[in-house]
Amino acid sequence: MDIFAKIMAFIAAAIVQGTPLLFGATGEIITEKSGNLNLGIPGIMYIGGISGIIGGYLYEHFCADPIPILCVVISLLASILGSAFIAFIYSFLTITLKANQNVVGLALTTLGVGLGNFYGGSLLKFFGETGSISLYITGNAYKTKIPYLSELGIVGETFFSFGFLVYLAIIIAVLAQRFLDNTRHGLNLRAIGENPATADAAGINVSLYKYVATCVGGAIAGLGGLYFVMDYTTGAWTNNGFGDRGWLAIAIVIFALWRPKSAILSSYIFGGLYIASVFISGLSGSTKELIKMLPYLVTIIVLVFTSSRKKREHQPPAALGQSYFREER
Amino acid sequence: MKNNYKAHKEPLVYITKRGEMPRAKQMLIKSIVILIGIVFCAGLTILLTNENPLKVFKAMFMGSFGSPRKIWNLLQASAILLGISLAVTPAFKMRFWNTGAEGQVLIGMLASIACMIYIGDALPSWLLIIISLFASIVAGSVWAGIPGFFKAIWNTNETLFTLMMNYVAAQLVSLLIMYWVPSGSMVLGLVNSNSQNGWFPTILGQKYLLNILIVAFLTAAIYIYLKKSKQGYEIAVVGESENTARYIGINVKKVIIRTVIISGALCGVMGWILAAGTDHSINSSAVGGNGFTAIMVSWMSKFNPITMIFSSILVCFLQKGANEIASNLGLNSSVGEVLTGIIILFIVSSEFFVNYQIHFRKKNRKEKAE
Repeated sequence: MDIFAKIMAFIAAAIVQGTPLLFGATGEIITEKSGNLNLGIPGIMYIGGISGIIGGYLYEHFCADPIPILCVVISLLASILGSAFIAFIYSFLTITLKANQNVVGLALTTLGVGLGNFYGGSLLKFFGETGSISLYITGNAYKTKIPYLSELGIVGETFFSFGFLVYLAIIIAVLAQRFLDNTRHGLNLRAIGENPATADAAGINVSLYKYVATCVGGAIAGLGGLYFVMDYTTGAWTNNGFGDRGWLAIAIVIFALWRPKSAILSSYIFGGLYIASVFISGLSGSTKELIKMLPYLVTIIVLVFTSSRKKREHQPPAALGQSYFREER
Repeated sequence: MKNNYKAHKEPLVYITKRGEMPRAKQMLIKSIVILIGIVFCAGLTILLTNENPLKVFKAMFMGSFGSPRKIWNLLQASAILLGISLAVTPAFKMRFWNTGAEGQVLIGMLASIACMIYIGDALPSWLLIIISLFASIVAGSVWAGIPGFFKAIWNTNETLFTLMMNYVAAQLVSLLIMYWVPSGSMVLGLVNSNSQNGWFPTILGQKYLLNILIVAFLTAAIYIYLKKSKQGYEIAVVGESENTARYIGINVKKVIIRTVIISGALCGVMGWILAAGTDHSINSSAVGGNGFTAIMVSWMSKFNPITMIFSSILVCFLQKGANEIASNLGLNSSVGEVLTGIIILFIVSSEFFVNYQIHFRKKNRKEKAE
């Protein structure tokens, strides 16, 4: 393979790896902008994946002749509902019951990963089947390429040969950026993340915004899990297959400095680093592990650097991680 | 903003902060919530398995207490979880959200394993154990000290920083295993399996007894440190209010860095116990999520070392019991994680009823006034 083709193949693979991260990062940015540090995102992404699998499975199982487009719609809805529900639990506990965000988030990650692996491992058993889950019809429906554009030689191969979720991830990130920068609601949301008491005094419904932002953010993050199980593995579930990508998504939030638009490129860079070791031939095993360490090291450096510069637009939301109670002081 | 001048009704529900609640009442509320949580979990398990609930509970109980070996395993697992929970507590009490215990324990473990590999043959076992301990303490405190240092000087977000350090530690372990195992199988067998150099001795024929004794000692030490010492008091003040601490002349930066290093050092000690007393080997997920579970255990025990003993036994009992159910009924072993997650969520939400009071709108109040 000549070097150009190899680079193009690498870019395509980086985009594939980056897409779940991009969904996760965009979801977490929206959540964090409301002042909620949702460490449950890794769990929510598992839930997004398994809910989609369950939805798709039930449809394929009980329908004699499944229609691909309906497979997609049903599993997409199931995924969104599942992950939004978990995000709702997070919201209820941290916003209404004012529980500690870190603890609730970590508990939800434990719960989400557990639920994902539990259903992934036993779903077929409940219906008296054996083997492992594989939804070829749904998976292949998700993988449908754009006609014509994907046939444009190497450019088509690199940029237009993906399922629709890849492009949806970019669209959602761009829209999220526009929402945060250019709309009244976006401004209100940012105000809540910076100083909820001031926002409250200005007549903004703090709890409502926090609820909506966290649930929408959770649903978006869940799509990352859905992309992984439906498109990347073509409708198959392997326990812990999603790995630590959820935490990597949280790292991207920092690396992108809480800007969804920057998260797009950041996700692809992190996705590239995630699989770089496969593409660069002749690496020793230990160099491969060093490359895998890079995303986290870079994130730490960015975090330290931005906190030392104290540039206001590069900081985390000021009230990040704190519950808001109106009558406090 | 057209509704600004609309006459507002009194809200249907509003909440206020309570004062300190009597301890007995707190316990009562928490026990009720835990009971509801357990009943909820039981309902869920029955729904999933269609089994007699008594049978399920019996299986759970037998999974933890069925034989002396199982009891020892339960105690050992609880001791590890308890130790890590104790380790994160000083930092937590100071409101330093150390989510990096997983990595700090792992790096402590790595230091001990490295000592066992490199100087394992040259020294007598007892000396090697002591040197490993020091190496682990240094490794753990460095791993926690770096985020602590940046928190103190630049207020760098410690939750995210320590979280990232976990994965750097995990990759470092993979890297060194690659280096130590030339075959590329990525599996490091038992270190010094023939000479057992650097392994904890068995006491009274029990392999895990020394682990448990060390953790018991740590529990008492941390209890005294937090409740009785001057440094423990400083931690509490900084946690409550940094401004107050500064006002009464506490050097906040020094306290932050010192406490975080103590926290990391204790994590290192737990890594030493895992390496020398339990696993005698290492892989990148050797801590197995205990670093994260410990955060929840510490929080739901309200930073009280004595309560933590019971909390960690409860969590380990749930996990072991759930594993037993899963293997008996041919279910996936993730049931344990699901049940743990649910119970912790219940306990965390019980805090609300301890700290806040709910008032409902009283009916007809307005009519009476008129």
